[in-house]
Amino acid sequence: MNWLSGFFGDPANWSGPDGIPARLLEHLEFSAAAFLIAALIAVPLGMLVGHTGRGALLVVVSANAARALPTLGLLVLVVLLIGVGTVLPVLVPLVVLAVPPILVNTYEGVRGVDPDLRDAAYGMGLRGRQVLLRTSVPVALPLILLGLRLAAIQVVATATVAAFVGLGGLGRFIIDGLATKEYPSVIGGAVLVAALALAVQFAFTAIDRIAVSPGVRARPGRDTEIAR
Amino acid sequence: MNGEPIVRWDWVARNWANGSPSAISALLGGHVVMAFLPVVLGLAVALPLGLACVRWPRLYQPTAALMNVTYSLPSLVLFSIFLSVTGLTQATVVIPLTFFALAVLIPAVVDGLTSVPEHVRQSAVAMGFRPVRRLLLVELPVAVPVVLAGLRVATVSSISLVSLGALIGQGGLGNLFIDGWQRQFPTPIVVGISLVLLLAVASDGVLVLAQRLLTPWSRARRSA
Repeated sequence: MNWLSGFFGDPANWSGPDGIPARLLEHLEFSAAAFLIAALIAVPLGMLVGHTGRGALLVVVSANAARALPTLGLLVLVVLLIGVGTVLPVLVPLVVLAVPPILVNTYEGVRGVDPDLRDAAYGMGLRGRQVLLRTSVPVALPLILLGLRLAAIQVVATATVAAFVGLGGLGRFIIDGLATKEYPSVIGGAVLVAALALAVQFAFTAIDRIAVSPGVRARPGRDTEIAR
Repeated sequence: MNGEPIVRWDWVARNWANGSPSAISALLGGHVVMAFLPVVLGLAVALPLGLACVRWPRLYQPTAALMNVTYSLPSLVLFSIFLSVTGLTQATVVIPLTFFALAVLIPAVVDGLTSVPEHVRQSAVAMGFRPVRRLLLVELPVAVPVVLAGLRVATVSSISLVSLGALIGQGGLGNLFIDGWQRQFPTPIVVGISLVLLLAVASDGVLVLAQRLLTPWSRARRSA
């Protein structure tokens, strides 16, 4: 515990480009960028595959591959091959690892919508796209949000590891601390990342409460968790 | 990478089993131990805990919430925190990964046991099965597909997560990533990723096979 007070009580850790606020901001910037890119790719694609049923195999294979791919290996390989210097090489693996959870859960959610419900929507005169956006997506929303939550947590975790290949952010405290055997910095960084991951978790719980229609929430939901 | 091939096979041949602790085969061995031990320990804990959650449903909500929180913590964070307790040993990797395995396996055991159809349970009671024998001979076998689905997820994730342990000095094949990065040399990285993926595919295959052997009735029903 005195390691914690040593780390958080040190005023030097609270200012400058390698202080906690600056590192936190960096971490949030990379994570938000990677998360947004992944969501822009995976949500529409998952909706399309779930709605049309085409390309389902691709979705399942990508989910399994992402679960088995070692984060650190992918990170060092991509950055080694593309080259360091800019942020882009680090964003690539972050996005690659964030896409599958969103893709799979969006696909499962849209595909799992009760066919009677879709038929009723068609019967009311809605077209294909309207059925998807006004019926299937609201019903699938809990699973889509689950996918987004898992991806966000994955991104926060991977961005931490990415400090190893030179990315800034909270991972610096852990990686640099390990390199110089300054364990207060390691533990302090770990606590900060843990707090950030929990904040993301709770933020998504709150979004779920607000965004999901009460009628949908009343139904017992399925949980299709996929691992990080 | 100016002309450097993605894989230098002579490097692989020289480092496969050269007797040093950083030989590829030695790293693979360590990786296997650190990946499977958490899953085995996790299953050993998840079975009784899952049973308890089914028997006393009020237990399940807090257990699930706790597991959900654990699961959202990045593994590097848990490794770093355990580093101060267990030091540079394999336990620093195995203990956090056991928690991750539990987070997947407890819901799997609970879902599996609650998926046993009521008529099956009642038939077993009517045939004179006592609770313990009913659990072992009827309910657990019927729950096998759901539990094994969880076991597959837990095993594959565990295999891939071990490599992060390399950052704290205990990562099995993950050490190849560090080595390759420090020397800016892609061969160890590619070899490490390939072996991790192979290990994951092979273990997944074994578990699929185990499920087929443990639930012969599902095949009989399909062919009937």
